[in-house]
Amino acid sequence: MQKANDLKEYREELRESLDNDFLRTSLDNFAVAYRESRANAFKDMDVKGLIDEIACSKDGVAANLDALYQEFKGNAEGAGITVHFAKDATEANAIIAQIAKDSDCRKIVKSKSMTAEETLLNHALEDEGLEVTETDLGEWIIQLRHEGPSHMVMPAIHLSRHQVGDLFSEVTGSKQDAEIEKLVKVARRELRQKYVEADMGITGANFAVAETGGIGLVTNEGNARLCSTLPRVHVALMGIDKLVPKLHDALRILKALPRNATGQAITSYVTWITGANECAAGADGKKEIHYVVLDNGRSELAKDPLFSQVLRCVRCGACANVCPVYRLVGGHKMGHIYIGAIGLILTYFFHGKDKAKNLVQNCINCEACKDICAGGIDLPRLIKEIHARIQDEDGHPLPSLLLGKVLRNRKLFHTLLRSAKWAQKPVESEGFIRHLPMILGKEHGFKALPAIAETPFRDKWPDIRPDVAEPRYRVALFSGCVQDFVYPEQMEAVIPVFAANGVSMEYPMEQSCCGLPVQMMGEKKASRDVAVQNLRAFETRAYDYIITMCASCAAHLKHNYPKLVADMPGLASKAEEFASKVIDYSSFVHDVLKVDKEDFNASGHKGTYHSPCHLCRGLDVHDAPRQLIETGGLEYVECVEEEVCCGFGGTFSMKFPELSSELLKKKLANVEETGADVLLTDCPGCIMQLRGGLKTKGSSIEVRHIAEILANNLK
Amino acid sequence: MPSTEDLCRTFVEKAKAVSAFVSEISSEEDALKYVIDLCEKKEACQLLASGCERDLSAKAEDLCDGKQKKVITAPGLKKALYAKLESRCNKAGFDCIKSGMRDHLAGVDIGLTYADYGIAETGTLMIDCPGEELRLATMVCEFHACVLPKSKIRKDSYAVEKMMLTRMKKSPNYMAYITGASRTADIERVLALGVHGPLELHILLLEG
Repeated sequence: MQKANDLKEYREELRESLDNDFLRTSLDNFAVAYRESRANAFKDMDVKGLIDEIACSKDGVAANLDALYQEFKGNAEGAGITVHFAKDATEANAIIAQIAKDSDCRKIVKSKSMTAEETLLNHALEDEGLEVTETDLGEWIIQLRHEGPSHMVMPAIHLSRHQVGDLFSEVTGSKQDAEIEKLVKVARRELRQKYVEADMGITGANFAVAETGGIGLVTNEGNARLCSTLPRVHVALMGIDKLVPKLHDALRILKALPRNATGQAITSYVTWITGANECAAGADGKKEIHYVVLDNGRSELAKDPLFSQVLRCVRCGACANVCPVYRLVGGHKMGHIYIGAIGLILTYFFHGKDKAKNLVQNCINCEACKDICAGGIDLPRLIKEIHARIQDEDGHPLPSLLLGKVLRNRKLFHTLLRSAKWAQKPVESEGFIRHLPMILGKEHGFKALPAIAETPFRDKWPDIRPDVAEPRYRVALFSGCVQDFVYPEQMEAVIPVFAANGVSMEYPMEQSCCGLPVQMMGEKKASRDVAVQNLRAFETRAYDYIITMCASCAAHLKHNYPKLVADMPGLASKAEEFASKVIDYSSFVHDVLKVDKEDFNASGHKGTYHSPCHLCRGLDVHDAPRQLIETGGLEYVECVEEEVCCGFGGTFSMKFPELSSELLKKKLANVEETGADVLLTDCPGCIMQLRGGLKTKGSSIEVRHIAEILANNLK
Repeated sequence: MPSTEDLCRTFVEKAKAVSAFVSEISSEEDALKYVIDLCEKKEACQLLASGCERDLSAKAEDLCDGKQKKVITAPGLKKALYAKLESRCNKAGFDCIKSGMRDHLAGVDIGLTYADYGIAETGTLMIDCPGEELRLATMVCEFHACVLPKSKIRKDSYAVEKMMLTRMKKSPNYMAYITGASRTADIERVLALGVHGPLELHILLLEG
């Protein structure tokens, strides 16, 4: 639940979570175990193909909501079920309260439903004097504690066995040991009598199958079966996005949902209910069944060209499972009711701007969620879009506006960077800034910040530009601002290897920052203006490839530029061509140039690797850099969680230094464990973070761009 | 098309992976023998960690008072087979029932059922149970024993889609995919079997 009024209060709440050792350890263990069990569950399956099919089928649903609803309603009513449409949460709760009243129900058992959490159904029913008991173990626990879920699939993951033991001692009035097996049995016995007494069972629905008018429920405990069997009245509350045209569409989602949620091939129970079933407790031996189909803004979402993909969500919770920020702070801080990346988005649409405004800033843009989503939703992009929308509505904060203004004017930006070099002079030492500038507090002290270089790459280029006769490839270099002004030596490292392999190079002088930092801050207009400048700076047709040494720039140029200028007829096709030519350094050198081990001296060093988020997920590059480490004369040693974010996230590390520092701590501990003396990566942002962290720690491990070791070891 | 043996092998592997007990039987008689043996070996619910040994609130305790003798329930069985089961139960001193499940909501020892299909990909049993007695039998028994003819094993859920639709269109319908025992990992992500449903699932693979 979000209660913070502003970012400052939100950060204080985050700090509380960071201090919760139990939570931290549980979520760490879960993150690691989940990855393995998911991979196992999807073994030998075409996961990408399956996700594409689900996305396509769900997009079809969003485009046909009305017709599907009518078909579903017609079939369900034909089979003796009453179907209600609720336009919002209040209406859904009122409908269910009225059903209880009309059927003279007093006691209700409920199986887990995120939709009921969304409408805060329990509170509404309790206000009507009804007794509501959650029967999913985790939901029952949090109901007794008066909390919301901290994970969509494992609602009580934030609690220890001791907390549950104390809680159950209170509930039963007898002392209960903190042994999980026994606690589960206490719940089994205590809840069994609740089913017996209940007049009404409330469930959600994972699928509402239009062709049959039936629903499907996916559970492990078996509580949904008891809830939908024993009481004489059954109410199923579902979002209208749960509609699927055919049973086949439901079976397809079922292939991905449990595998993505918990790494199970399937849950213990999948229950298919079609029509008013036999029920000994019901009038005429029939069950009274009501489906309450909730809109709550979903129909509007379905019409939005960008946000309609939100309705592809199957509520597996995987976006939280892989989120490095969720792993640090847990679901209560990484969501309002819905949790994880999708939670950040749904909070805005279902619960409003005030609940969402701090949350949407807490995305490090590592794309782990996008990579894992069962519906292929571009979650990081949608989060940024919402951030931008909120800023447009509420006004832009000054730093974000200023950065936007500055970046839109390349000359001003570069002049500022040049003057920063002089301003830092008194505090500079060995390429780092000795004291943090006044605007940064001590919470930024976890890493040493690099100094602006003496001479930017753009000023050196005219003197170092090599002539390559009869080139095999003509390429343009895109430096990005960090390598241009902070780490020009990384750009210089490109030159010898390229020249030796017959690659002629251009460095278009009008290029500027890629624009990702302003995009991250929700400055959409500035982001677009910068993209336009860069597109105009490059004579795209003259090059075979456009090379970037920065994974984040590469992914932004490749994936976002075409989207940013899609509505500009003059530039849209150029952006497509530009994007198709963009390639990261490692892929170009390994896959295109195919450099040979013979051309490099063996250095005898041990090198480990940090995979930048925007390289491994943004560009799906995995093998090339690791093989280049070996080709380039080092022994490669694998690091634990190589593809987990280092915590930089561009402007994220400025906004949430406490989270950035924790992610870095974990990353460096893993790196140190490898025993490597060099840490390699493909992104100057990551290098800034990793090098700064190691410097502060006093570690002797060197951090290098892959290009630097290739240049050093070239024969 | 994978052969019956291949499907059977996959089914067994997947079912065992979710802690189901799988045995091969050559006749329906074997199934009866299996459940009688199982029921004999099974301790009454006190020792089964199904919760009886726990101190509970008074209301939850009351629910258990009705149960004295071990009970086997088999509402879906064919008449002749049920009669055989009943006589064996009598000999062994168990109650045998096929209806009145609502009088046994505290739990019965064993439920014996027949599956309509098996799904090899996930080790899943598909049980069509529009009748309430059968449905409850699969929910409130402590051990669920289910006969699955090998010939009824299909590759994946798509391969039983048509059969599901036929049944669904004859509504009302209530159908279950059952894979392993009832489970939870809601406390500290530690797996525990038997939350609301059966503590154990025994699958009896019938030849033919």
